[in-house]
Amino acid sequence: MDHARSQSNRRDTLKRLAALGLVSAFGPLAGGPARAASKLVMGVIYVGPRDDYGYNQAQAQAAAAIKKNFPNVTVIEQEKVPETADVQRVMESMIEQDGASLIFATSFGYFDPHVLRMAEKYPNVRFAHCGGLWTAGKHPKNVGSYFGYIDECQYLNGVVAGYTSKTKKLGFIAAKPIPQVLRNINSFTMGARSVDPSITTQLIVTGDWSLPVKEAEATNTLVDQGADVLTCHVDSPKVIVEGAEKRGIYVCGYHVDQSALAPKGYLTGAEWNWITPYTTHVNDALAGKPLQNILRGGLKEGYVKTSPYGRAVVAAAKSKADAIKAQMVQGDFVIFQGPVKDNTGKIVIAAGTQQKQTDIALEQMNYLVEGVVGKV
Amino acid sequence: MSALGWWGVPIAILGGVLRVSTPFLFVSLGECLTERSGRINLGQEGILVMGAMSGYAASFAFGNAFVGVLVAATSGILLGALHGTICSLPRVNDIAVGIALMLFGTGLAFFLGKPYVQPQAPMLPDLAFGAWSSIPQLRAALMVSPLFLIGIALTFFMSWAFANTRFGLIVRMVGDSSEAARAMGYNPNRVRTVCTALGGGLSGIGGSFLSLYYPGSWSEGLSSGQGLIAVALVIFARWKPRNCLIAALLFGGAGALGPALQSVGITSGYYLFNAVPYVLTLLILVSTSSRTRALAGAPGELSIQR
Amino acid sequence: MANPDAALRWQDRIEAVLVPAFALVVSLVIFGAFMAVLGKNPLDVYLFIYKGGFGSSFALRDALARAAPLILCALCVALPANAGLMIIGGEGALVLGGLAAAMAGHGLVLAPALVAQAAMLAIGMIVGGAWIMLAGALRQWRGVNETISSLLLTYIALALFNQLVEGLLRDPESLNKPSTPPVGDAHMLHAFGTLELHPGLAFGVMFALIAFILMRYTTIGFALRVVGGNPRAALLAGLSTTPLILFACGMGGAAAGLAGAIEVAAVHGSANASLNAGYGYTGILVSFLARHNALAIVPVAVLMGGISASGGMLQRRMDLPDATVLVLQGVVFLAVLASESLYGRFGKLWRGVRRAPSVAVNEATA
Repeated sequence: MDHARSQSNRRDTLKRLAALGLVSAFGPLAGGPARAASKLVMGVIYVGPRDDYGYNQAQAQAAAAIKKNFPNVTVIEQEKVPETADVQRVMESMIEQDGASLIFATSFGYFDPHVLRMAEKYPNVRFAHCGGLWTAGKHPKNVGSYFGYIDECQYLNGVVAGYTSKTKKLGFIAAKPIPQVLRNINSFTMGARSVDPSITTQLIVTGDWSLPVKEAEATNTLVDQGADVLTCHVDSPKVIVEGAEKRGIYVCGYHVDQSALAPKGYLTGAEWNWITPYTTHVNDALAGKPLQNILRGGLKEGYVKTSPYGRAVVAAAKSKADAIKAQMVQGDFVIFQGPVKDNTGKIVIAAGTQQKQTDIALEQMNYLVEGVVGKV
Repeated sequence: MSALGWWGVPIAILGGVLRVSTPFLFVSLGECLTERSGRINLGQEGILVMGAMSGYAASFAFGNAFVGVLVAATSGILLGALHGTICSLPRVNDIAVGIALMLFGTGLAFFLGKPYVQPQAPMLPDLAFGAWSSIPQLRAALMVSPLFLIGIALTFFMSWAFANTRFGLIVRMVGDSSEAARAMGYNPNRVRTVCTALGGGLSGIGGSFLSLYYPGSWSEGLSSGQGLIAVALVIFARWKPRNCLIAALLFGGAGALGPALQSVGITSGYYLFNAVPYVLTLLILVSTSSRTRALAGAPGELSIQR
Repeated sequence: MANPDAALRWQDRIEAVLVPAFALVVSLVIFGAFMAVLGKNPLDVYLFIYKGGFGSSFALRDALARAAPLILCALCVALPANAGLMIIGGEGALVLGGLAAAMAGHGLVLAPALVAQAAMLAIGMIVGGAWIMLAGALRQWRGVNETISSLLLTYIALALFNQLVEGLLRDPESLNKPSTPPVGDAHMLHAFGTLELHPGLAFGVMFALIAFILMRYTTIGFALRVVGGNPRAALLAGLSTTPLILFACGMGGAAAGLAGAIEVAAVHGSANASLNAGYGYTGILVSFLARHNALAIVPVAVLMGGISASGGMLQRRMDLPDATVLVLQGVVFLAVLASESLYGRFGKLWRGVRRAPSVAVNEATA
């Protein structure tokens, strides 16, 4: 135990040295956030690179918009933080060393136990987590969840794909068969089949959120099997979008607008509009109002949006999709309403039942609808 | 485009063989040269990633993919030379230097490559080998990159050169016995450094294939350990360039197996499918190695043999 | 007249500290030059590495928490290295050890906490040890090079791990992040002390201490080092190499498996994809920097932990990408390896400085 004692002695010495201002002597040399002028320091943590043309970029776009719209808010960002105890330390260092009082933990796996532990330790800091996990009574009050019903946009993707596909075969490349992804696959397929019930979607699961070679292989395989419109749910759709363009087929984007990568084949896309929840949290923090624990919405509340239509989209597709979109914006459109069968023939949503966006059953989805070729 | 059904699987494998195998081919040929001279370079992974990034950046900056390949080769030569130089110092363990180089090369590539994730660089052209076919899928599968053909040519050239040229002989001599090489007046360290540099150059080209042809984009997840696997590949190939070609084709096909099988409905166990190449290599290594005899054909000076 | 043998040993000890320190300084200079070329002030960079890694009690806690798994993963390289093997498969042993521990912890949900925790750690060590022993066995019985086999086994382990966690062993409740069933808060290890140290630190330091004592002061350790240093001499001395090599591999694998078990027991509470965090490669680096000395691994791990910890500061304050820390680690590693060639040179320098009579004695015994 001498080892531990000498360690703590060293630490005390260091603390004293620090107190003596040894470190602050270097202060003027170092750059740092202009904390004096700002009223709020906000930290954003990404699991991958900010400029991945995908999931993280969508979050980064919101952070950049905050930087622009709120000049008195300092935004500090750290990327490529894995979903391990590392993120706890990053959060802590943002709070202790940078003075952050609002933290956006943007990756799903940060929540349990990492965000929860930090929230208990720092009850005066607000934690906004992307994902739908916050439960009243179970989780601390200074944590909130924000999420968007992007399956609405995938439904619209499906509608446009349904009009565009000539082979009546679509392709979906997914990272992992978890409920959020299954919801997207099913919405996409149901949207397409609402246009033409003979359409099928071929599913390929790559196994992880970012595997460029596997994604390229999956793209080529799907095209070989006859699919002529693709979409995906992976962290960075760049490879898939570019691959589809190379093979001369169509593609619907996901996370952010990838039309620049596929000028000929890009139909439309399902995008996040995280600026909405980000702005809400920042405003609440600046005004000292309590953190809103659940922020969720679809097209109506402005949490998600669709990309502009590409060159290849026919007028009929545009008008149909726009019509449904208008209904969604009104809050009148329910995607998951019975009867719905899964692809083994079993009825998963009974006739007459409607599962609206906030329905808990949707968070536990474990089936693929009729028309999807593949297994969960 | 009509669906192929089960025919899709062998066609996908064919496409995979022609596409996915090329980086394996270049890196294993490069490592083959390095190991024949008596050094093992585990840093090929770092060189591969650095080659991918520098090739992409150069292609974007100069608007020409072939310039990208050249720059990738140059970065590979420089990193290989670094490995060779450090290993030439006394008492330095080349396996450790390889791992260090892997860390350094990968880190450097990620660091300098940040601005290049977004932009699109010009890609290498395809050669339509399947133009004779009326089946679009076959046509697509038979689109090969000129690099693949260069790789095949290189294989046969290296095979011939090891046996018939003075340089090839020197390399083999240095690899089998430093003493004999010194007796003949050659400096083993210098020869090894040259071979490691050239080997690195080949790996750099292999990396540029990933970013400039297939998947044809730069991002941090581009390589899934191809560089390291290529080192195992060389042992698997018994240090013969032609076997390296066969092994690379095998790995390429195995890599394409997973998605191809899923597309015809075999969906479970895709992680295990991804592991097939590694299991294959291990099994072949186990069955062909022997406790008492040194690995047949192994260069005598290779540190993993001693 | 000083005992010449003592003088020589003393020189060795100085070298063992000075040479790596010199390499560290050289690598910082090279790294600083690299930063300068890119338009960043190297002094700022050094400052933030210090501040972020060691400059406050918070930073130190961060460095120590990162060091904990590094110590164990480094031991997975160091112990076989002492026996002459170059194993780089710590990552595979870590994830499988973690998986086994998670299953054990969940299975023993009704048992008292201490029993469950002990079981988790023990089974993590057993499974991890077995995995690395496999590499050792392949070497002994089939002559397969252990570096390549441990590398391949890592990939295979990761595939097995992913397949089991998402398939057979998945907790049906863990929908959006496939994990094994939770071990439950009661069974988890918690941070100890007022400084909230990572539990893994205590285990890591203990393991390192045990390994050091084993290597230095026991017969088995001595036999291992003979096998590692001079296999022929070992053969001649009649030492049976295979059990010793398997023992070294087993110990090393146990260290990595323990790291996995601790990650599950202290951090995550179940096994999932977050377990695959890449401690393996940094562990290799730590082991080499510490010259495979079990005790030296602890401060080196803290140093590396601090550098890793400072990555966040560099990102946030200087707008540098996270790969900056990777580059620094790579440069440090290369510099330290290159400095291997400097050992023994110090002796000559030292002899030049001392006066003639001592010089004569030293030259005679050198």
